[in-house]
Amino acid sequence: MAGTAEAQKQIAEVTGDYKYGFVTDIDMDMAPKGLSEDVIRFISAKKEEPAWMLEWRLKAYRAWLKMDEPDWAKVSFPKIDYQDAYYFAAPKKKDGPKSLDEVDPELLATYAKLGIPIREQEVLAGVQGSAKVAVDAVFDSVSVATTFREELKKAGVIFMSISEAIREYPEMVKKYLATVVPVRDNYFAALNCAVFTDGTFVYVPKGVRCPMELSTYFRINAENTGQFERTLIVADEGSYVSYLEGCTAPMRDENQLHAAVVELIALDDAEIKYSTVQNWYPGDKEGKGGIYNFVTKRALCKGKNSKVSWTQVETGSAVTWKYPSCILAGEGSVGEFYSVAVTNNYQQADTGTKMIHMAPNTRSTIISKGISAGKSQNTYRGLVKVLSGAENVRNYTQCDSLLVSSESGAHTVPYIEVKNPTAQIEHEATTSKISEDQMFYCRARGLGEEEAVAMIVNGFCKEVMQHLPMEFAVEAQKLLGISLEGSVG
Amino acid sequence: MLNIKDLHVSVGDKEIVKGLNLEIKAGETHAIMGLNGAGKSTLAAAIAGRDDYEVTSGSIEFGGKDMLALEPHERVGEGLFLGFQYPVEIPGVSNLNFLRTALNSVRKYRGEAEMSAAEFMKLVREKAKALNMDPEMLKRFVNVGFSGGEKKRNEMVQMAVLDPKLAILDETDSGLDIDALKTVAEGINTQRRKDTAILLITHYQRLLSYVQPDVVHVMIDGRIVKSGGKELALELEEKGYADVA
Ligand SMILES: Nc1ncnc2c1ncn2[C@@H]1O[C@H](COP(=O)(O)OP(=O)(O)OP(=O)(O)O)[C@@H](O)[C@H]1O
Ligand SMILES: [Mg+2]
Repeated sequence: MAGTAEAQKQIAEVTGDYKYGFVTDIDMDMAPKGLSEDVIRFISAKKEEPAWMLEWRLKAYRAWLKMDEPDWAKVSFPKIDYQDAYYFAAPKKKDGPKSLDEVDPELLATYAKLGIPIREQEVLAGVQGSAKVAVDAVFDSVSVATTFREELKKAGVIFMSISEAIREYPEMVKKYLATVVPVRDNYFAALNCAVFTDGTFVYVPKGVRCPMELSTYFRINAENTGQFERTLIVADEGSYVSYLEGCTAPMRDENQLHAAVVELIALDDAEIKYSTVQNWYPGDKEGKGGIYNFVTKRALCKGKNSKVSWTQVETGSAVTWKYPSCILAGEGSVGEFYSVAVTNNYQQADTGTKMIHMAPNTRSTIISKGISAGKSQNTYRGLVKVLSGAENVRNYTQCDSLLVSSESGAHTVPYIEVKNPTAQIEHEATTSKISEDQMFYCRARGLGEEEAVAMIVNGFCKEVMQHLPMEFAVEAQKLLGISLEGSVG
Repeated sequence: MLNIKDLHVSVGDKEIVKGLNLEIKAGETHAIMGLNGAGKSTLAAAIAGRDDYEVTSGSIEFGGKDMLALEPHERVGEGLFLGFQYPVEIPGVSNLNFLRTALNSVRKYRGEAEMSAAEFMKLVREKAKALNMDPEMLKRFVNVGFSGGEKKRNEMVQMAVLDPKLAILDETDSGLDIDALKTVAEGINTQRRKDTAILLITHYQRLLSYVQPDVVHVMIDGRIVKSGGKELALELEEKGYADVA
């Protein structure tokens, strides 16, 4: 493998005898380019991980080596050279700041530029009496700001970076990690297991309603850095948590791989609401650059009457491959998927959900709104599966596609597999073009062309947007407008 | 205020407005009447700048500016309002949001600051009340599920909020019950000022008895063939268009 020898040499120079025990004195902020067992050791050492974690990663890596990159129907992109990327990057500071005063003003300025809501900026800045949104900002692989941990602690909620959780709550992490998305689930999930650098761990104890929305902003910022976040959320019996994930990335020229894994586990009567606004760099107007988003998101409704709802607004990335799914294993559990996916220019999105009904009386709702502009391709791919033992299952699916340009494409690929005759499955799908009459009406009321498109599109997405937490919805609305800039005319 | 000279408008390959002249001064109210398909709505859409309506020759000047050089929303910024014959539904967009976006776009064009939410709500409630519109309708999606008359009333609320210099009202009286017609007429009369002008497109004398026009035009086959005072409307009502044509 090209680059490996060089990588080894570099690691040896900075880490010394890294193979035996933890390395505490590493000055180097980046692992050398490329992927090898040594790079994985470097990451694990850098994260001060216990030995079992390193072993787990190495096992995943070896499994990944034997797997083949999937080959999808509706997305195409140049071959990814896994040796031409960095798998670990950290901010310059050696230790995470102890308080917000220590947060790099440049970082705060970046947050401002990214349009992070004032409310969250205030929280980040530690303004007295500012609203309680806990921000665990994942900035370039390592969490540099974590707020409100104390208050969450009082409620018994654990909210921290996964690296910390591995150190502080190893038993809990061991118990749940990769139980929803197995290591060998898919090519990118296996890769993530081997090299994940950060992410979030949440545990909400029995009967606790998490006192605030938990919010994480992801941002990719170092040149050529593959990002492999890992999120694990466990809601114990009768608990509730709402988690917000949002991200943006600055202009760049080279394609970047992002392969996160998100696992949600809801025990009896627990509810998890997971909202995403995804705005990674989609590439320029010619389709150059942009991020590849191959993320695996899956929820296990393990307990009876548990509930998980995924709400996503996807506007970014050059190539998106994403199916937040629910395994409805607990009797009477509920899975929901509300999605808006906007593609513009040369973006390709293949997204949807899988609802796997394993237990009786489980219900699922799927509302998907796809908007295609420019020369983009937007595919909804969904699976509703009902196992033979699952009596009285209900599913409602609605897929609407809106075409903003005539050169764009919208595709709906629903798969339905029903092995139990008592199931009630409903599926509705529509495709429409943005109407000239609506455009003229808006423009005759003073709206510019882009404003008019944004308004009509926001209306089209209303049913999904209303499932987002209030502040997030406002952000998302603006984002829809921004994403469609230049899409008309 | 509005000066149209030898205007030709085509939709697709078909010429619909065929050399039309019209001048409206500030403070005036004009009415255009004419047979179905004469090109009245096409004229209105061309003045407002609808994309697929091509002006093949002629000129439209408004407030001293060449309207044909402006984008539709810029024309609105200059003070033009078009009340639609068939108001359009916009699912998922609340009437309030629509109005607020419209108003702020116009203010932005004019270099004015955005109106605060509180100020805006006050303005809209006041205008809706004057036009007898149930405030609940403001929360509903734009024109979705509105009755024909409700849609027309909604157009009038939009006009009142935007306070245009020139309002072109395309059959705003059609489909209104008698009480609603009176309310709408009052709304139009409120909009009549020394510095504003109104162009009514209508088939009925009834509206004109409430909103008395200064000039009535008869449009047939893409041209204005006759103009006169308000008595011309009465005459048309009695005798029809046969004699004029
Ligand atoms: N988009 C279009 N494509 C083809 N023909 C059109 C189009 N729009 C208008 N027309 C035609 O142009 C002619 C004039 O239409 P317009 O709507 O302007 O008439 P009008 O005077 O407003 O009629 P009415 O009194 O019925 O409202 C009609 O014959 C109509 O069919
Ligand atoms: Mg008409």
